[in-house]
Amino acid sequence: MTQAVTALPHGPGHAGHHDDGSKTVFGFWIYLMSDLLIFSVLFATFAVLSKATAGGPTGKELFDLSFVLVETMLLLVSSFTFGMAMLNLHAGRKPRVIAWLWVTFLFGAGFIAMEVYEFHHLISEGAGPQRSAYLSAFFTLIGTHGLHVTFGLVWIVVMIDMLRCHGLDAVNTRRLSCLSLFWHFLDIVWICVFTFVYLLGAL
Amino acid sequence: MFGKLTLESVPYHEPIVMVTLAVVVLSGLALVGTISYFGKWKYLWTEWLTTVDHKRIGIMYIIVALVMLLRGFADAIMMRAQLAVASSDSAGYLPPHHYDQIFTAHGVIMIFFMAMPFITGLMNIVVPLQIGARDVAYPFLNSLSFWLFGAGVVLMMMSLFVGEFAATGWLAYPPLSGLDYSPGVGVDYYLWALQISGLGTTLSGINFIVTILRMRAPGMNLMKMPVFTWTSLVTNVLIVAAFPVLAATLALLTADRYLGTHFFTNDMGGNVMMYVNLIWIWGHPEVYILILPCFGAFSEIVATYSKKPLFGYKSMVYATAAIGILSFLVWLHHFFTMGSGANVNAFFGIMTMIISVPTGVKIFNWLFTMYRGRVEMSTPMLWTVGFMITFVIGGMTGVLMAIPAVSFVLHNSLFLIAHFHNVIIGGVVFGCIAAMTYWFPKAFGFKLNERLGKYSFWCWLVGFYLAFMPLYILGFKGMTRRLNHYDNPEWQPYLVVALVGACFVALGIWFMLQQVFVSIRDRKQNLDTTGDPWGGRTLEWSIPSPAPFYNFAHVPRVEHLDQHWEDKEKGVAYAAPAGYEDIHMPRNTAAGVYIGAFGLAMCFGLIWHIWWLAIVGFVGMIGSFLVRAYDRDTDYYVPAHEVERIESAHLANLQKAA
Repeated sequence: MTQAVTALPHGPGHAGHHDDGSKTVFGFWIYLMSDLLIFSVLFATFAVLSKATAGGPTGKELFDLSFVLVETMLLLVSSFTFGMAMLNLHAGRKPRVIAWLWVTFLFGAGFIAMEVYEFHHLISEGAGPQRSAYLSAFFTLIGTHGLHVTFGLVWIVVMIDMLRCHGLDAVNTRRLSCLSLFWHFLDIVWICVFTFVYLLGAL
Repeated sequence: MFGKLTLESVPYHEPIVMVTLAVVVLSGLALVGTISYFGKWKYLWTEWLTTVDHKRIGIMYIIVALVMLLRGFADAIMMRAQLAVASSDSAGYLPPHHYDQIFTAHGVIMIFFMAMPFITGLMNIVVPLQIGARDVAYPFLNSLSFWLFGAGVVLMMMSLFVGEFAATGWLAYPPLSGLDYSPGVGVDYYLWALQISGLGTTLSGINFIVTILRMRAPGMNLMKMPVFTWTSLVTNVLIVAAFPVLAATLALLTADRYLGTHFFTNDMGGNVMMYVNLIWIWGHPEVYILILPCFGAFSEIVATYSKKPLFGYKSMVYATAAIGILSFLVWLHHFFTMGSGANVNAFFGIMTMIISVPTGVKIFNWLFTMYRGRVEMSTPMLWTVGFMITFVIGGMTGVLMAIPAVSFVLHNSLFLIAHFHNVIIGGVVFGCIAAMTYWFPKAFGFKLNERLGKYSFWCWLVGFYLAFMPLYILGFKGMTRRLNHYDNPEWQPYLVVALVGACFVALGIWFMLQQVFVSIRDRKQNLDTTGDPWGGRTLEWSIPSPAPFYNFAHVPRVEHLDQHWEDKEKGVAYAAPAGYEDIHMPRNTAAGVYIGAFGLAMCFGLIWHIWWLAIVGFVGMIGSFLVRAYDRDTDYYVPAHEVERIESAHLANLQKAA
């Protein structure tokens, strides 16, 4: 879709075939709901297996809540900074959009770094995913969320490059809206993870 | 370098497999030779493989479905032949390990690689035409879905010749499917073939929901949507709600096999029944995913060939939606014997009985549509009547088994096998063939041969009853499923009858293929010049056959449920418009083919532990996707004079016909 064509108002004969972005964002919402179902299966699995420690360590023995709180804050702040990027997008300020996306990237990368550190620490203590069904469920749930965030980081970098190439055009605005939804979605999933896995686990 | 893959992985010692391989290789060479001889490679690539046209993608889905029907049926008739002879002292001709792979492959192929692509293909061809749209919401995503599915098909077929397939039954229950009991690559083929084609299915589900909700012609509110589109909408909602559960469940089993986790192992706290619950939370909606579009097709067919509006359109819509919701509340009836207690079993038993109510509503609606109609017993109508009778029997045996106490007796018996073949063959297969016959002219511009279609129907119908009624009896006599051999000679006569039935079905399939061949050969005599060969009611019959690539020169305005019928009654159908406009269309792209190919490489690498290949495949998938994402030249305009040329030719044809 060339920019010149996108800018034109659509005649009745073309209605519905130029995407003004709303169709894509709607579809992306549906995708997010389907992704949420994957997470709900993992949460359900975690709930079923939460007592299946097979003589291995429990959450109470493993979790360091203050560490996880820092991790959580990093992700929450990154959601805020993404919001700043979106505000600047609507104000049409490209350099600031890119700057805020980089800030978001850094917070997200910090989150992933802490998670990798935590995983490494647990595995070196002998509490890896092979130790018990409980730990299998723990690593899979957290790891799936972590993979999503990693994918989001890659997407942010690609998005920044696309903004450099094509500016704040309709296509990039649409894609940034989707990425924004994706990023906030992961935040919400993480809040559930923090509550049900870490807080309840540490009780 | 090649992981677990060695030259010994090819089963040279299995004569049946090697003969099949020879046949596949020879027919593949013949196909390649024919295409090269006629110089059609470029045409095939630019017009078909890289197409984003929903009609062509739909046709490709159905071609694959028909090829896989042959493969799945070959498995079926081999099993029937084995059981017809493997009584008492005779071991039959199929060794147990091979037999186990055959029944697993049969189930997996028929559900995932025959029925699913068939209904996806039908929805692709029909839904945009019924709602007055020029394509689906995301044409490229549609092509990508097809090629991801294609990668799954190739893996499935590969497993026959390179390595082995799962020998676990079609749902691969652990612990049998775990690493301890299935150390080979069979289950890995199963997991990755389903994972990659399931991804394609989920994406196409999202695509169709957005298409139906956001791209209907002006004036077509939800309650003016044709029934087939309604059933497609509900089916796609079920797909998007159920397939992620399958993906997650298979991923957990994959983690058990690849990473040493303990979700479904016998030790370290694993919980096997959790797998069974999760897989059926996907599995039960799946059967309604398959049957609902067929219900929709039958509704269109009954109304068209009875020359009456569909009886009880609204109740049809509500029944469809009710089935959609209830389908998520019955999964536990697949394993009442788990022992979840009387109250839980009673709940799921009652829900199962309730789900038969909306289905019954539909049957009555079809009957009342025919009542006092001018019913024309053409081939699609024969399939429909055959379906109604057969499906009611299957439904009743289903309600019978909804009683937990009965289920305890019949669980895993041949009674169950007879029941689900009764509804899947009588419902889904009959529905797909009826729909194919009905919409064939819209896709290709000529009709299918009626006489051979009727032969095929009668062979299928007789074959079905001969093959599966004995299985009901055998179930009562205590014969269980998945037996390779039995020592009760009393069962043998029934199994011989079942084999005869399978032979009748083979004849039915033969007539089907002959029908397609003869119809293509004699297409000049069966041309559909008007675009409305059956006196249709909905929008797809208002445009030429085959539908032009842009579908509608002008997006129609909709005021009635049966818009085209009303237009014909008022004499305003086919009115020449004042003028034409440029039409905006998506460009073809090869990105879907490349992503599918890299996906295939990735899965193959993962199955055989060829890690470098898996990485190359994964990076290739992401890379091809990014290349596509950077491409801004993805659409074009069809000039108005080109549209006018195509439309004028059609209007001239219509005048000639009138």
